[in-house]
Amino acid sequence: MRRAFVVAKKDLMIEWRSRMLLVRVAPFALLVLVLFAVALDSEPLILRAAAGLVWLAMLFSSLLVVQRAFAIETDDAALDGLLIAAGEPAQVFFGKTIAAFVQLVSLAVLLVAGAIVLYGATVSASNIVLLVTTMLTASLGLASVGTLYGAAVANMNSKDSLLPLLAMPVAAPLLIGASRATEAAFGSQTIDAAAGWAWVALLAVFAVVFVSAGAAAFGTLVEAES
Amino acid sequence: MTNAAATPVSGTATSKGTATTATRLIGAAALALTAFVVVSAFWLTPADAVQGESVRIMYVHVPTAWVAYLAFVVTAITSGFSLARRHRTLGFDRVAGASAEVGVLFMAMTLVTGSLWGRLTWGTFWQWDPRLTTTLFLFVTYVGYLAVRNIDTDPQRRARRSAVIALLAVLEIPLVHFSVVLWRSLHQEASVLNPDGDVRLDGLMLFTLFAGVVAFSLIYVWLVLHRQRLAALADARITTGLDAAIAARRAEAASTSGAGA
Amino acid sequence: MQAVTTNDTALSLIDTVVVLGGFPALAGASLEVREGELVALRGANGSGKSTLLRACAGLVPVARGTMRVLGVDLSARRAANSSVMRRHVGLLGHKNGLYADLTARENVQFAARLVGASDKDVDEALARLGIDARVASTRAVSLSAGQRRRTALASLVVRRARLWLLDEPHAGLDSAARVELDAILRDATRAGATVVYTTHEVATPAAPNAAQNTAIVPRTIMLAGGVVASDVQGGGVR
Repeated sequence: MRRAFVVAKKDLMIEWRSRMLLVRVAPFALLVLVLFAVALDSEPLILRAAAGLVWLAMLFSSLLVVQRAFAIETDDAALDGLLIAAGEPAQVFFGKTIAAFVQLVSLAVLLVAGAIVLYGATVSASNIVLLVTTMLTASLGLASVGTLYGAAVANMNSKDSLLPLLAMPVAAPLLIGASRATEAAFGSQTIDAAAGWAWVALLAVFAVVFVSAGAAAFGTLVEAES
Repeated sequence: MTNAAATPVSGTATSKGTATTATRLIGAAALALTAFVVVSAFWLTPADAVQGESVRIMYVHVPTAWVAYLAFVVTAITSGFSLARRHRTLGFDRVAGASAEVGVLFMAMTLVTGSLWGRLTWGTFWQWDPRLTTTLFLFVTYVGYLAVRNIDTDPQRRARRSAVIALLAVLEIPLVHFSVVLWRSLHQEASVLNPDGDVRLDGLMLFTLFAGVVAFSLIYVWLVLHRQRLAALADARITTGLDAAIAARRAEAASTSGAGA
Repeated sequence: MQAVTTNDTALSLIDTVVVLGGFPALAGASLEVREGELVALRGANGSGKSTLLRACAGLVPVARGTMRVLGVDLSARRAANSSVMRRHVGLLGHKNGLYADLTARENVQFAARLVGASDKDVDEALARLGIDARVASTRAVSLSAGQRRRTALASLVVRRARLWLLDEPHAGLDSAARVELDAILRDATRAGATVVYTTHEVATPAAPNAAQNTAIVPRTIMLAGGVVASDVQGGGVR
């Protein structure tokens, strides 16, 4: 796992230097929240939908994060060298997933804050743990799915259209689970905290499944530049 | 190095097409059975007390749903074999691809018929019940799978990548289904939100339904057999095309090296 | 797991066919390179040189024939040990494989950390390639083509790869840098690595009474039409 951390550190260092997350992805994510409000045009409706909208925005933003993660590799054909030098492809997968995870968690914090500010959502003290756990598990799941499919399409011509098609259906359970759990954390009538934790369990299962499957499948799916 | 792409997987295809005795028999049986089902569905079976004539869509919808899931399972299993086995990798992969193509077709039909049925029975085109919703996800996932299949030109590489994508789908679909089931259970709906849940099925209706499932399965098999044979022929053409390309390239080499570089 | 002995075969290709997008880039190439050799791969554009290197690095699959790299059979249907082999291989393609936002030093450090080399090794590699402190702390995106190439080579040096596969490494370097590069390549072979590089160049003839280590002509393999057209052993000054 040492090599995975080397890769993760490299990705995060690049992100720190280029500030893509801060300058491009975060504004986009917040913009999505604003656009939802504009499109739905009803404050009570937006408040009820807040949890789902947060995770929708997360889903879309995760595409940007993943695309960026692989753009830095394909720009100068660094991916080839990385696959060769790292030895096992799984190490590269873990490394990039960790880096994506860190970025996605930051985005999640931002978006939840956005929902609180823009939509009027509230989180009681007793639900904070639920909220944080949801953000962590869902972000891990998203990071692994995105990294896996992002790698698969990285060197293809059609990558920008193929990534959403492949990754979004797979991420659907994440969307469902994270939205319901966050809804519970925001204090909904229909879902109590206990149900929220049940959804978190689903998210955890999802994360475990896709981190493992991703490690196994990454080597076959990632394609070097041709 | 023997290339499994050169010979079709099963049966002997004639040079005229991909039909064999087996497919002709299956095709005939499918045709006959489907004819019976059509007749029975439209004329012989009674209308439902509650739903009226619209219950007849069930005879199409249920079998297509069944075949859609069958195709998914077949693609999953053959993909697994394609990865695990040393021999006939390409053969398994071709069946996986053919099954996915036919499956996507039947999934679309399931969604359309289910949608129509819902519209006729309850006035809405769509219900978020687990079966329809999961089928929708299955459909989109397989469209993605087919897109990935079209990327690679090398059959071996294509086989491995698509097999991995298919197996990932096997992981994903139960998760999706489970999530949707949990999700809908929040809404305290009737436990079986399918139109066919409240249809009372008597002898002939049941038999027609069963016959429909068998008929559509036969159609599925017939389509897959033809499709994978077509794929085998296409792969064989790539191989012979490759032989010719190699020969041409070596000839070019011989002629240029004589002149020096 | 791999016993490192000299005079082992580093590369062994027998009638290797590599297909790219339906086209047989390699159409039955056969060659054998022993560990510690320095090999120049020449040939016209489209002769398959780059593909040969990439196939040896395990990046493109072998369609037919046999290819063994550092003892690992890459042409087997399931090249299970390829990841073990890859750690010992360094590939420098047409692009440099650098990360634009990292400095030259950080790029080399990344390569070093992946294999567990130390920062001292990084300093040595940078010095060897003539990358001074100022260049080393410049972001890769701002480097010149020659500086980028040297940074990429420094990464290779720091990884102590057993097999160096270099695609036109001399391109973009001035004549002094080229001599330096040749020296680096020869040092690498003396340290036990195998170096295979492609080039368009004719070997620079040495001055008749050149004293030191100029222009020892390496073994030269000519590729044409995806097959080996000629294989001339290296030796004295041409």
